[in-house]
Amino acid sequence: MAIPKVCGIETEYGILVRGADGNPVTASSLLINAYLAERQRKIGWDFHDEHPGTDARGFSVDDLLAPEVETHLVNAVLTNGARYYVDHAHPEISTPECLTAREALLFDRAAEEIVRASMRAATAMLPDGAEILCHKNNSDGKGNSYGCHENYLVAREVPFGRIVHQITPHFVTRQIAVGAGKVGCELPGVTANDVPFQLSQRADFFEEEVGLETTLKRPIVNTRDEPHCDPNKYRRLHVIVGDANMSETATLLKVGATAIVLAMIEDDAVGDDLALANPVAAIRQVSHDPSLRRTVLLRNGQRATALEIQWQLLERAQKYERTHGLSAVGDEVGHEVLALWHDVLTGLERDPSSVAHQVDWVAKRRVVEGFAARHGAAPDDARLKALDLQYHDLRADRCLALKVGLDTLVDPADVEVATTTPPSTTRAYFRGRCLAKWPDDVVAANWDSMVFDVGRDPLRRVPMMEPLRGTAESVQRLIDESNTPAELLAKLGA
Amino acid sequence: MAERTQKQKPAPSRTEESVEAAPPVTESGDKLKAELDDLLDEIDEVLETNAEDFVKSYVQKGGQ
Repeated sequence: MAIPKVCGIETEYGILVRGADGNPVTASSLLINAYLAERQRKIGWDFHDEHPGTDARGFSVDDLLAPEVETHLVNAVLTNGARYYVDHAHPEISTPECLTAREALLFDRAAEEIVRASMRAATAMLPDGAEILCHKNNSDGKGNSYGCHENYLVAREVPFGRIVHQITPHFVTRQIAVGAGKVGCELPGVTANDVPFQLSQRADFFEEEVGLETTLKRPIVNTRDEPHCDPNKYRRLHVIVGDANMSETATLLKVGATAIVLAMIEDDAVGDDLALANPVAAIRQVSHDPSLRRTVLLRNGQRATALEIQWQLLERAQKYERTHGLSAVGDEVGHEVLALWHDVLTGLERDPSSVAHQVDWVAKRRVVEGFAARHGAAPDDARLKALDLQYHDLRADRCLALKVGLDTLVDPADVEVATTTPPSTTRAYFRGRCLAKWPDDVVAANWDSMVFDVGRDPLRRVPMMEPLRGTAESVQRLIDESNTPAELLAKLGA
Repeated sequence: MAERTQKQKPAPSRTEESVEAAPPVTESGDKLKAELDDLLDEIDEVLETNAEDFVKSYVQKGGQ
């Protein structure tokens, strides 16, 4: 039986300083520090490698020397359980571990609002006329890409080869529903006249079917094996192939459908017949074809459109719901995702413009083509590229994604709460609550442990090797009733 | 945020969905065009004034 699809989203944001000097690394540091100075104390990220060690509740307490922080770059943990840091000259937020796609959507939106607040705080610290701009996109249009990665908990016992073979058709074709859209093409020698518009920000940058890289020769399936939890029981599938979405529908569908397909792979309910003959060529071809009509070659010699492959996956997912249930992704959320998936595919098939309120690439293409027609702009006109960038601009008054009529699926008040409050359903609850309650006593934290200073040497490390322990249900009362971390650790069984 | 329309519908069951739920294309065509015109008016106002310079200056370091 498939295990719970604990999930999260890590987004590297584009960053630009206007009206002042500033390289992207210092600008990213300023951005994050300005937010932290305004909102909360800075708690460092702990890079110490963890060893498993748990009691029945999933916690045990070890003695440990102070961790050595291995980077001079900003790296903070937030009270909502997220990590906010500088990575590869970009500000990046990793959401806390979430139990469902709905939670991942909520915390992805919270991350967006955190970056918006950071832009305001950082710009206030710059000279008059200067500002820091952030974009939730994945490409500068000049061949430089940065990621929006998803993570899913997968049972270690599932053969990795099966995951690779069976998830690849989904990764190649899901972009028709969840691609963020891009003006032009970034493949060498391909001009905007050849490809005026494509479905995905990222497809141009994938060169391998499977591999470890994330910054060069990017693979469709990434093999990074860093579970951040008990490695004997779990994998963390690190998905680098997706776009950062502005559409809430797209984020929910991206994470929700992928979680369902992974649960199906665990239960061996997908099959091998959708395997593609050439996934790398196919991912580009699908991205470059907004008509959705071109077919790709399957390994079995047949041909299918991306839409047909998505329909196949959806039909199998619907059958899986009947035969296995969707408890691994949350029954209610899973059912909602299947309905949404069906709606979006139906709209794409009938008339893509009918899903302009749900699908990023459709919404973006509508304004790009409308603008081009109104102003007689050729495919390589810089204004079309500017429109593309501005779709992702996080300044509320400039952001085109906020103007095009996208559906919202989460309440803005819930998003605001989620900027400071962790999900109650995963170990992120323990992390976030402890940070909020004892900011002076948490020395460091990372995904699978926290280090407390309990007022005497040595520091105390709490391993958290089970992503679903440390939830509100199991530790809320203990945290509420403890006045100090020492009391809490005693109650946890130190 | 204000510009987004709040739409929180309960998940329909698979059997409820129906193709005929969509309005005929001809009926909604004029309305859609008017909406797009309004949207393009708004975009003309907020688009970066010097789009070419902005696009040129938008250079990012490659990331993951």
